[in-house]
Amino acid sequence: MILTSNLTAERIIEYLKEGKRFDGRKLDEFRELTIETGVSKNAEGSARVKLGKTEVIVGVKMDVSEPYPDSKDKGNLMVTAEFLPLSSPRIDLGPPGFDSIELARVIDRGIRESKFIELEGLCIKEGEKVWTVFIDIYSINDDGNLLDAAGIGAIAALKTARIPEYNEETGKTKFGEWSNKNIPLKKEVPISLTVHKIGNSLIVDPSKEEEDISETRVTIASCDGTIHSMQKGNAKELSIEEFNKVLDIIEKTEREIAKKIEKAITHTHCETLKKEAITHHEN
Amino acid sequence: MTKETHSSKEFKRPDGRKVNELRKITAKVGIVPNADGSAMFAFGDTVAIAAVYGPKKMHPQHSQDPERGTLRCTYNMMSFSVTERIRPGPSRRSTEISKITEWALKPVVMIDEFQGNVVDVHINILQANASTRCAGINAAAMALAHAGIPMKSLVQSVSIGKLDKQLVTDLIKKEEDWEEGEGPTDIPITFTGDGKISHIQLDGKITKAQLKEAVELAREASKQIHEAQKKALKEVGEKQ
Repeated sequence: MILTSNLTAERIIEYLKEGKRFDGRKLDEFRELTIETGVSKNAEGSARVKLGKTEVIVGVKMDVSEPYPDSKDKGNLMVTAEFLPLSSPRIDLGPPGFDSIELARVIDRGIRESKFIELEGLCIKEGEKVWTVFIDIYSINDDGNLLDAAGIGAIAALKTARIPEYNEETGKTKFGEWSNKNIPLKKEVPISLTVHKIGNSLIVDPSKEEEDISETRVTIASCDGTIHSMQKGNAKELSIEEFNKVLDIIEKTEREIAKKIEKAITHTHCETLKKEAITHHEN
Repeated sequence: MTKETHSSKEFKRPDGRKVNELRKITAKVGIVPNADGSAMFAFGDTVAIAAVYGPKKMHPQHSQDPERGTLRCTYNMMSFSVTERIRPGPSRRSTEISKITEWALKPVVMIDEFQGNVVDVHINILQANASTRCAGINAAAMALAHAGIPMKSLVQSVSIGKLDKQLVTDLIKKEEDWEEGEGPTDIPITFTGDGKISHIQLDGKITKAQLKEAVELAREASKQIHEAQKKALKEVGEKQ
C-alpha cells in the first residue's frame, strides 16, 4: 500500500515550520465541517459528518436489557466503530483492527465521563430493565481525522435520537415505532478533539498525509473548557510546554466546533420540522 | 377467472404503488473519493452504497489466481440500517449475499487479463426496507463501471414478490412479511445487458407459470433500472 513518502513527509514538515499546510489551512484550522442528521430512517438517530473529504456515518440504536450489577438504576452505553473497507484502499477485510477499537473506546469515554447522557433517565425498572444506547460508527471515506469526525457524529446522532416505543406489559421494545421522547442529555455538549504533533509543529484536523507522519496525538473530550477524558496515542513524547500548547489549542477549537454543531443541528432540526409540516399538509 | 379476481386494479399494495411499479430510484456515482469507483443506489428507503478498489495485487499470495483476475464482493448491513439493531460484522447471511453478488456480476466483468490481481467491491446498506441485495448489486455494477473495470454491460437487479397470488415488483418489508393467503414469495433476479439471468433466488411458493411471469416482470423493471444507472454514470462523466 502506498503510504505517504519520505519526500512528502519532509515537505510537509518544512511547510509546517513556516506555519503553512499543503491545503492552505492554518495549523489550528479545521477543514470544512458539514453535519447532516436523520440519514438512516430505521435508526433512533443518525448523522453524516464530513470534514473535507473525510466522511463518517454514525447511528444510534436502543434496546431494553438488564442493568449492570454495579449500576442498577442506570441505562447502558455501548460504542462500536467499524473502519469499512469501502472507505479506503488501506483497510483490509477481517476482524476489527486496533484503530477502530481504540476510536470506539475514546469516543465512549468522552461521552461517558462527561455524563452527557443522563443514564439515570434511561432506567425503566431498577435492577431489572434499563435502556441500552448503542452508538455505531462507520467510516465512509478516510481522508484523515476519523476520530474527530466520529466524535462530532456521535453527538449529532444522540441529539436527534428518539427513544423507541416500549411495551410495559410484554417488556419488549416495539422496533420501528418511536415515542416522542428524546434521550435525556445534558445541555453542555462534550466535544472530542485531537491535536497532532508533526516535527515540532502542533496541528488539528490532519489530512491523511499529515496523519500518516504524525508522531503523536492527544485526543481530549471537553465540555465548556472542562476536560472529561484524554488519550495520548503513539509513542513520541511531548514536552510540558508542548502539552500546555495542546490544551490551549483544544480550548480554542472546542468553542468553535461546539458552535458549529449547535448551528448544524438546530438548522437540520428546523428543516426536518419544515419537511414534516409540508408532508402533513399534503396528506 | 382467478386472474380476474386478482387483477392488478383491485390489488392494494401497502404503499399504494401499482403492482408493476418500482419505488423511486435514486442513483448517484462518485460518492467515495478514495475509491477507484463508487456509487449509491436506492429503491425508495432501501439505500446501498458500493465502492470498488482495484485491480490490485491479491494478498495473501496463495489466494492469487494465476489464470485470471478475481472479483471479490462483500455485502454488509450497517447495524442501524434495520429497525432492530443487528450485530456489526459478518454473518452467515451477509457471507452468502456477498457470494451471490459476486456471481451476479461475474458474467459481465472482464478481468481475465489481470492475473494474480483482485477487484474488491464493498457494498454497505445504509438504510433497509427490503430488496437490499438488489440495491447492492445495482450500486456495485455502477461502481465497477465508474472504476473503469472492463465490462460487457451493467447488470440490473430487482426483487419480484408474490403476495398471496399476486405478483408485484420491488418488494418492501411489509410485503416481505405478507400474511394473507399463500403468504409471501420473494424472488430477487439479476439480468445482464443481453437479458440473461446472472442471479436468481426464491423463497416461498409459486407455480412454474407464475415464476415465468415473474421473470418477465423483472425484465421489464430492469430496463428502468438500467436507464437510472446510465443517467447517473453520464452525469458523473460530464462533470469530469
